[in-house]
Amino acid sequence: MLPLSVRIGFFLAVRQIRHASLWTTSLIIGVMVLTFLNLVVVSGILVGLIQGSIDQFRAQSTGDLIISNLTDKSFIENSPNLLTLLDTIPEIDSYSARYIETGSVEANYQTKRAKDKPNIAGTAVTGIDPAREDSVTGISQFVIKGSYLGPNDFDQVLIGSYLLKEYFPVESPGLQVLDNVDVGSKVRIQVGGVLREFTVKGILKTKVDEVSRNAFLVDSQFRSMIGRTDGNVDQIAVRLKPDADPAAVRDTLIRAGADTYARVQTFEDAQPKFLKDIVATFNLLGAAFSSIGLVVASITIFIVIFINAITRRKFIGILKGIGIHGRVIEISYVFQSIFYAVIGSGIGLAMVYGLLVPYFARNPIDFPFSDGILVAPIDETVARIALLVVSTVIAGYIPAWMIIRKNTLDSILGRK
Amino acid sequence: MIVTKNLIRTFVTGDIVTQVLKGIDFESKDGDFIAIMGRSGAGKSTFMYQLSLLDSPTDGTITIDGVDTHTMPESKRVEFRLTYFGYVFQDYALLPELTALENVALPLLMQGKKRAKAYKEATTALERMGLGHRPNNLPSQLSGGEQQRVSIARAVAHKPKVLFADEPTANLDNESSEAVMQIFKELNEEGQTIIMVTHEEVYARRAKRLIVIDDGRIKSEEKLHHKH
Ligand SMILES: Nc1ncnc2c1ncn2[C@@H]1O[C@H](COP(=O)(O)OP(=O)(O)OP(=O)(O)O)[C@@H](O)[C@H]1O
Ligand SMILES: [Mg+2]
Repeated sequence: MLPLSVRIGFFLAVRQIRHASLWTTSLIIGVMVLTFLNLVVVSGILVGLIQGSIDQFRAQSTGDLIISNLTDKSFIENSPNLLTLLDTIPEIDSYSARYIETGSVEANYQTKRAKDKPNIAGTAVTGIDPAREDSVTGISQFVIKGSYLGPNDFDQVLIGSYLLKEYFPVESPGLQVLDNVDVGSKVRIQVGGVLREFTVKGILKTKVDEVSRNAFLVDSQFRSMIGRTDGNVDQIAVRLKPDADPAAVRDTLIRAGADTYARVQTFEDAQPKFLKDIVATFNLLGAAFSSIGLVVASITIFIVIFINAITRRKFIGILKGIGIHGRVIEISYVFQSIFYAVIGSGIGLAMVYGLLVPYFARNPIDFPFSDGILVAPIDETVARIALLVVSTVIAGYIPAWMIIRKNTLDSILGRK
Repeated sequence: MIVTKNLIRTFVTGDIVTQVLKGIDFESKDGDFIAIMGRSGAGKSTFMYQLSLLDSPTDGTITIDGVDTHTMPESKRVEFRLTYFGYVFQDYALLPELTALENVALPLLMQGKKRAKAYKEATTALERMGLGHRPNNLPSQLSGGEQQRVSIARAVAHKPKVLFADEPTANLDNESSEAVMQIFKELNEEGQTIIMVTHEEVYARRAKRLIVIDDGRIKSEEKLHHKH
């Protein structure tokens, strides 16, 4: 059984709310809804932009773990031993060993006249085992034209869309893109001193630079092109089983000596620093916007309850006069504040999960790094509701307390 | 029983010191029906506020059933007002959001009575005041006389030791005033102690004792005898 004062406070609050002006109530609830949206949506979208980017980077490029060459080496020495080690780790679902070199792709060289500037774009060139790569990063689903590589697709290339003018229409002196390239076009790829002609088999389009600014070849052919006969690779992207903890697997690998010849990182370790900076900045921005909203909501509630309590000062006096304890009256105001906050949050909740989250899932914000979605994890949302309710309760309690502690008789008689 | 000794109440506003009650010795026994009269500004209301623990005297003592109220903390005073006293204010002082029945039931609920019991007793009190047919009206949906009767119902539903009424008929027409006075008479006959301030001598004379306050002092006291 609740304490008497709580029950009577509730009783009084319900009666007051029921007879409050519809306009005022709607207005206050409106403010609460906006505050709630401000709390959840602003940071949800900011975080969503960047979270989308992080998720994509993990899914399409690094996998859960990424093993790369030591900074002073140009590839992972002793790769075969490392790959054998990976085969023994039960948490590993699949991995893709990659050969990566910088090179260039040239298009339109057949039609070029002698004085024309060659149409060349600098790019990473990556040799992959198409099936293994796909099992780690699923990049075949990003082939928007043509088709994905097969194991024997020699002299064929998958071109990232950021290399193509059609998809990435920039033209600056430092950054060239290829004009007039489509599935079936011939391009020349140069890596080191070797130049070879390839046919475009497919075009890859994602918002991850590591995929879209890349040219993918079948690994066996690429090995011979760069003269790598020792089985050493440049990078291994590892995908773990769903419940595995990347940091734990990383540590297992390091304990097994994997870091002698390679750098072992989780997807998080490997995040570019700028991404981490943006996350930190957006979190800060989100928190700043949210706290401004919270302060505004608190002030609104403060003013509303203050005006309510002032105009009802006489009745508060009468209540105290006939023996209703001040605590009960305070509780009645706290309940009213909670009512506004909860109804406001409830409507906001329905809007966020019923309208906005599905809307952004269907129509992601087209952001250069990512497809921005609305990130509103339920536990964080609940925490924000709690925050809103707590600040409203405090904001409602203070003015009620201020008026209620005034002299009973003065309140009844309207003195001072 | 309420006893006051040398009750003094002084108001200080800036440099101006107003002594409103200048030493009142007073006693009311259980079952009393006391009417207080006096000129406007004489200190009648101020005196009532002291007796009913809504205000505290500057000097002197108030003893209620042997309990000295001087040292009582506010929380205890609230409880005292809830259980010992009932109030009828000149302007009814009903809570606008509560129905007639809820207004009457509120002090009962606050005393910890179960909802059903509180509403039953409140209904009984309302019926007694001839308002059994409008329990669910808000105060704004009642006439002045009806509101005053609701306020009396609220003041007596919990069977207080003392019923205070400060000019309960001031805003009412003759008929309603008459009804209120009739109720007071009946309540007193059942043993309810009543202390009432009024400007109307005809009503004052229906009490058992008539006290006249003038300039902060009791000027005269008269025992009234009624034929039954
Ligand atoms: N808080 C206060 N500060 C200063 N003076 C006050 C205060 N309260 C009452 N007084 C003064 O005390 C005097 C008595 O007031 P009180 O209300 O007791 O008179 P009353 O006898 O009830 O008069 P009425 O018949 O008009 O109701 C008045 O002169 C009033 O101005
Ligand atoms: Mg008066």
